[in-house]
Amino acid sequence: MRALLLIAGLLCAGSAPALAASEADFKAAFAAAEAAEKEAGQLRNQWTTTEAALTAAKKAAAAGNFDQAVASAKEAEALAKASIFQATSEKERWKDMEIR
Amino acid sequence: MRMRFAIRLASVALALAVVAVAGRPARAANTPDPVADAKAFRKFFTDKFPTLKSNDFVNGPYSMNEDLRRQWEEKEQFPPYEFALEAGKEMFAKPFKNGKTYADCFPNGGIGIRQNYPYFDQKEGKVITLELALNRCREANGEAPFSYVKDEMASLTAYMAYTSRGKPMDIKIPNDPRALEAYENGKRYFYTRRGQLNFSCATCHVQSPGERIRAEILAPALGILNAMPIYRSEWSGMGTISRRFTTCNSQIRGVPLDPQDEDYRDLEYYLSYVSNGLPISGPGARP
Repeated sequence: MRALLLIAGLLCAGSAPALAASEADFKAAFAAAEAAEKEAGQLRNQWTTTEAALTAAKKAAAAGNFDQAVASAKEAEALAKASIFQATSEKERWKDMEIR
Repeated sequence: MRMRFAIRLASVALALAVVAVAGRPARAANTPDPVADAKAFRKFFTDKFPTLKSNDFVNGPYSMNEDLRRQWEEKEQFPPYEFALEAGKEMFAKPFKNGKTYADCFPNGGIGIRQNYPYFDQKEGKVITLELALNRCREANGEAPFSYVKDEMASLTAYMAYTSRGKPMDIKIPNDPRALEAYENGKRYFYTRRGQLNFSCATCHVQSPGERIRAEILAPALGILNAMPIYRSEWSGMGTISRRFTTCNSQIRGVPLDPQDEDYRDLEYYLSYVSNGLPISGPGARP
């Protein structure tokens, strides 16, 4: 009987959903995304999709959906980092395309 | 004796020649050379489209596709930019509140001068486009500036372009390192990939003119600004060069710069310079 209860308890624990994201999680993710987007701005190479993901993150957070808010903020950060990479690599690579 | 003298003379001459050649500063690989650039630019397009007359490049997609060309020729009977042209003519002649007009701000009263814009202003050390000059004229005469992307600016530049139709683009790069830097910055902007789609201006207008991108036929970069401003069916209205640049950036999912940003002005300088000699055909109409 005791073993059965233990197994049932473990099963319940295993099927429980992962911990939901908190407002603090969102704030941390959003700050990281914003910092990366600011850097992209300094390189004059922001993407519209990054801006859209940042807006979506704010909107989800305002609605209390922090899971979605964190996911959108992380997406924004990844996009911003890609735009930074692009701007940095293009500093010299543009010459490859030049008509000579 | 004479022979020895001749040999010595020849040796000295050879040595002087070697010194002269060695003393000449060699052109570094990265030194901007606008003349060579423009020559190579034109050659690229004339080699790519060997049957096209060079003046036809200013007609953009119509020079690349027979069906489109026929439609355009019919459209030109009653061109969609006609209303803007009429409006621009009226606006141009109408005095400001202080009694002055646009004509007072430009050489030759603003007539037949489109082909000289943009130019590099050595006093200010920057590129001045026609759109910028028009707004400066307004502000100098106590009027509010126009939006760079809306109808009034397009109408004014349409009229000014019309008075220059057929005149060859004639952009000068003065002997000023700042002018050369502006030119080089424009070139850099033109070839730099940006936006999530990872496109540069050249991706569409150098690598793919004549090809379709969705329903559109891409225009060649050579002469692309000679037809500006344009009526675009896609926009259901007129568009300035500023509107064209900002829209291009948005379409590749890049956040556009402010209209008349230094990079855009330099880009216009570069693109106009490499199209020198091709006729002004603006205002134009595009699908």
